[in-house]
Amino acid sequence: MNTLSKSFLTLMIIFLYFPILYLAFYSFNAGGTMSNFDGFTLDYYKSVIENKALMTVLMNTIAVALISSGISTVIGLFGALFLYFIRQRYVKNTLLTLNNVLIVSPDVIIGASLLILFSLFGITLGSVSVILAHVAFSVPIVVLMILPSLYQQNNNLVLAAQDLGASAWDVLTKVLIPNIKPGIFAGFLMALTYSLDDFAVTFFVTGNGFSTLSVEIYAMARRGITLEINAISTVIFVVVLIIAIIYYFVSDKNIKRGKTT
Amino acid sequence: MRFLISLIATSLVVGGLFLFGTKLLNHSSNAEKDVLYVYNWGEYIDPELIKQFTEETGIRVVYETYDSNEAMLVKIKQKQRYDVVFPSEYTVEKMKKEGLLIPIDHSKIPNIKNIDESFLDLPFDPGNEYSLPYFFGTVGILYNPETTQGIDFSSWESLYDETLVNNVLLIDGARETIGFALNSEGYSLNSIDKYELKQAERKLESLSPNVRGIVGDEISSMMRENEAKAAVVWSGMAMDIMYENEELQYVIPEEGTNLWFDTMAIPKSAKNIDGAHQFINFLLEKDVALQNTDWVGYATPNKAAFEALDEEVKSAKEFYPDKETMATLEVYRDLGPKWTEYYNELLLEFKMSLD
Amino acid sequence: MKRVLAIPYLLWMVVFVILPISFMIYYSFNDMSGNLTLQNYAEFLSSNYLKMTLNSFWYAFLITVITLLISYPLALVISRLKHKTFWLLIIIIPTWINILLKTYAFIGILGINGVVNTIFETIGLTQIQLLFSDFAFITVAVYIFIPFMVLPIFNSINGINKNLISASYDLGASKWETLTRVIFPLSLEGVKSGIQITFIPALSLFMLSRLVAGNKVVTLGTAIEQQFLINENWGMGSTVGVFLILFMVFVMLATRTKKESV
Repeated sequence: MNTLSKSFLTLMIIFLYFPILYLAFYSFNAGGTMSNFDGFTLDYYKSVIENKALMTVLMNTIAVALISSGISTVIGLFGALFLYFIRQRYVKNTLLTLNNVLIVSPDVIIGASLLILFSLFGITLGSVSVILAHVAFSVPIVVLMILPSLYQQNNNLVLAAQDLGASAWDVLTKVLIPNIKPGIFAGFLMALTYSLDDFAVTFFVTGNGFSTLSVEIYAMARRGITLEINAISTVIFVVVLIIAIIYYFVSDKNIKRGKTT
Repeated sequence: MRFLISLIATSLVVGGLFLFGTKLLNHSSNAEKDVLYVYNWGEYIDPELIKQFTEETGIRVVYETYDSNEAMLVKIKQKQRYDVVFPSEYTVEKMKKEGLLIPIDHSKIPNIKNIDESFLDLPFDPGNEYSLPYFFGTVGILYNPETTQGIDFSSWESLYDETLVNNVLLIDGARETIGFALNSEGYSLNSIDKYELKQAERKLESLSPNVRGIVGDEISSMMRENEAKAAVVWSGMAMDIMYENEELQYVIPEEGTNLWFDTMAIPKSAKNIDGAHQFINFLLEKDVALQNTDWVGYATPNKAAFEALDEEVKSAKEFYPDKETMATLEVYRDLGPKWTEYYNELLLEFKMSLD
Repeated sequence: MKRVLAIPYLLWMVVFVILPISFMIYYSFNDMSGNLTLQNYAEFLSSNYLKMTLNSFWYAFLITVITLLISYPLALVISRLKHKTFWLLIIIIPTWINILLKTYAFIGILGINGVVNTIFETIGLTQIQLLFSDFAFITVAVYIFIPFMVLPIFNSINGINKNLISASYDLGASKWETLTRVIFPLSLEGVKSGIQITFIPALSLFMLSRLVAGNKVVTLGTAIEQQFLINENWGMGSTVGVFLILFMVFVMLATRTKKESV
């Protein structure tokens, strides 16, 4: 490890964290701007909590994430099991390709095409359309998170259960699903992350006053600098940091997969 | 298996509760009669006046805000209850066509006499059948005299000055931006002539090197912080910005520009129509209008209130244009979907041609 | 059993993958009053849309190249560290902060009174207009994509058999030769997926267009967003969308990794 590499790494970490810490720093600025620090205040945190509209948006965001991840975990689990049981290679590959379409598609395409879909089906834009859209892009992620654990689990257990006369339902609920528990959980978490992080898709399919945090921030940021946004992002950063620390010490294994889009 | 069921069930139940919770948080009842639902632009009324109205009439006011005509329109189309709304003039025309407004009973609003006659009976709403003016303004140029020494901004041509490279902010609205280009070419800003519009777009494209950005609300903070030297803005926005950055000045270009109105109207979804009339009449009272004009800072069409304003405010010709200037101003008409789309397409093509 | 499992998943696939894309293709042949037409395609091939598409590609290309030039060495450095998982986590944590919050931070940083200009002033340089420029657009995009590019590259470098590298040194190769002849070719798969997850989204960053480029950098994504949400011209928006899908398929084929072709 030479000095050059070390300083490069340090520099990049500073670059990646600077904007986030910059936001956090000015969230305490009594001066109300992101340029001159005129003294310490917690006013912006207070006004976030007192802001009814912002709290509504925050609750909406969490609700959408939980409901859509829940639904897509079920559909995704079924999908993964279905793909696992398919024997014909060609069919499986075609389905896998279709599965991945929404993962590689840019958000604007997903958003715009779902907007067309919802309007043709007469679904009013609002909480329902946003949840459906999040289910749409979360299902393939859940499938991809569960599939590897299906292939890794010991298939002899399934065969043994069948030999012992277990029904298909019993094999599924008593052997397969318990065996791939970590995969299902990872899929659920990943769906949650994608949902919480999404902006563009939601932006297209929301309406009638329903809004999530990122859509709201887009509107607020256009109005100029509001230190309430800084306060929110500081809170989010602290929460993320805590989760990351817990994750690191709990797993302490190699991270094989992270978020990739 | 049990873990799976509890994971899914918990997330659905907790999510559902949250969603239900936000519905409760924003609950509005449709039944009450002695309540008035007012739906207005943000920061567009002195809150003290709402209290005063309740004290005088006993009508409780539920006050909500929106940030675009379109957002308001959506709610009205969904039949959400509002008793008084504040649409801009071209939206009045549109809502009228779509049957979304209830006629105003002039006999219940004696204070109409306070409104300056030149702001009544305009083409977007002949005879003020559906709307009464609330505030008015223009589109003009906001500039910093310190950093733009010597440039005379009394013409749209001034924006093309060589020293303004990368320093002019425009509004991300097709009517406004195509509109001032039409004005600077001497055409009507309600033009539906492809030749004129093409010429306006060419004129706009020659402004490219000077364009810093085509945005909206951002103009406020950027002009306040002297991030750009000049901007095409609404006079109302200009007043707000000048309040915080006193160096800046606003001017109405001599080739003419847009005259806009925000009006008071009663939407189809109204339940307390009597209360709505009372509220509109209240806002037109001389002292109320005066106090509200002071608080909001926009130009009032209320003659009685105007007379009582400070001499300094009254004489600001850029915000209260004289007869001569008034003659050069033009009000937007609703152009219908086909031409609205054409204007939008021209603006998008202009944006694509930048850089 | 299999059939019961299949129903919700296949339903999802039809309703949310096949139908939306088909509708989009269908709409691209519609004018605003719903008549079938090729007008949108004619318009797309006109000068302004073509110019915008080329611009969009140019920006996506610049963003991808700069991100790669930063991310490859970064992944390499991390792969040689003692606690590599820890350092990788450090690089990844910023991706968990919402993209709009990070973009918003740059509005403050790049502003005329922001920290960059303050530094410029204190070292005696003049203030420069950073916000609402292509520079701002590229900087923020690169910032956002770095972790996404580092991850796959790190994974493939980390997967290289250490014996191959030792063998290379044993056979007398220099550090540089080992890097260019052994490590880089073996990590190509990671580079390819890194390019995939940077280039395609970089064609569609409409929120950056507005927030840090003042609508001066119009990408394919910006055009789609404007056509759908402002102009309400879904036909034209879909046409731009169809081209974006075509470009996406092309990029996918060009950067196809071995794993995917199985």
